Amino acid sequence: MQHSVAYTIAFASLTCLICAILVSTSAVSLRDLQQTNADLDKRRNVLLAAGLAKSSEKLNTVEINKRFQSIKATVIDITSGQPAQGIDLKDYDSKKVRNNPLTSQTAPVNAARVSRIPKYVIVYQVFNDTQQLEMIVLPIEGYGLWSTLYGFIALDVDGKTVHGLTYYKHGETPGLGGEVDNPSWKARWTDRIIIDDTGNIVIEVIKGRAGSPKETPHFVDGLSGATITSRGVTNMLHFWLGENGFEPYLKILRETHEASKK
Amino acid sequence: MKNSARKTLLDPLLENNPIALQVLGICSALAVTTKMETSVVMCGAVIFVLTFSNLFVSLLRNNIPNSIRIIVQLTIIASLVIIADQFLKAYFFNISKQLSVFVGLIITNCIIMGRAEAFAMQNGPTTSLLDGLGNGFGYSFILIITGFLRELLGSGKLFGHTILPLVTEGGWYTPNGLMVTSAGAFFIIGFFIWVLRAFKKEQIEEEG
Repeated sequence: MQHSVAYTIAFASLTCLICAILVSTSAVSLRDLQQTNADLDKRRNVLLAAGLAKSSEKLNTVEINKRFQSIKATVIDITSGQPAQGIDLKDYDSKKVRNNPLTSQTAPVNAARVSRIPKYVIVYQVFNDTQQLEMIVLPIEGYGLWSTLYGFIALDVDGKTVHGLTYYKHGETPGLGGEVDNPSWKARWTDRIIIDDTGNIVIEVIKGRAGSPKETPHFVDGLSGATITSRGVTNMLHFWLGENGFEPYLKILRETHEASKK
Repeated sequence: MKNSARKTLLDPLLENNPIALQVLGICSALAVTTKMETSVVMCGAVIFVLTFSNLFVSLLRNNIPNSIRIIVQLTIIASLVIIADQFLKAYFFNISKQLSVFVGLIITNCIIMGRAEAFAMQNGPTTSLLDGLGNGFGYSFILIITGFLRELLGSGKLFGHTILPLVTEGGWYTPNGLMVTSAGAFFIIGFFIWVLRAFKKEQIEEEG
């Protein structure tokens, strides 16, 4: 069947128009629900890193929000480590902050392949029953073998003892690098120390097995068959806990902690 | 008529399976079958897209200008895929996170283009719809078998519930590492095709 050029163009335009309307309607009408899901997922992962939820638990919205009540999210200025002035948590959009040259800067060449450092970052403070700061949860990200891994690390109030580590988004090989999600591997992070006595970051995922946190406080078991993902985890911790990352914030935390002990 | 409708719907399961006989749609069959959960959701998405793309292409088949028919088919398929993806993100967030790009890649699944071009362009809406459903089920059939074996042998679980307790978690089962990599799916699908052709000799290709 032969059609005229005008008919062809008209048909193509009409098809595109109808499809565009369908696609945008579905995208717009479902956006709120998707945003809620994404926020909830983030909260769940903060809880996981903080050890307030187990990965095997199926939590509903109410339960997640209930457990999240002991957690306070704060926007901090990453360069000074102080709470950021004049930035409302509600308006904070990590993507916008990262992409805006005024609120972010190009990262120096680093092994974790982080390209931009946002000036403002959300950190989560976890309080215990008596309203004492118990631990903090920091966002981390960095490159593994195939993908950027996004996650959280929870540190005790002393600013150097790991409470937990979790990833909420990555594209590593299931069964190999994807084992960063394995609960028994994640459990091995608890009580490891990220820095040595002089303040250098020495936490490392090693090849093979590490000892208990007492024997080898700075080393964590490697993921077998996933050397590069393991190295990626080490690299991103060194980056985000280091001078370009949360070091100023952690220094303040450590000093406050030391002072409170005296 | 009733018989032929039945044939359109059921043939793609064993007689003319899109994966086993036509060897189409292998890419996603390898990628998403590490777990039952992701396999099942992927199957649902493919059945949805395949059924409706066949339906719409068939409804429009006499009006689509021949010169742009592939583009029109692709536009319809792509729109359906985006809708499926948006829906999964809204209602099955965790699973859609695991499926990541593979829902989007349904667009490039050869089964869908193949059915639109080879079947829906020549047949009426009802038979096309049945053909879409049938091929969707044929695809799902293989995916679910593969997902079942890969999750069971690779991680000792089904739908995330432990069936064979793993050595690493204090059990007795040493997981088969091959099953969690894509290569494992090649073996399973290969074996499946072998078994199928051992029973249905007419599916064996002539040696050229």
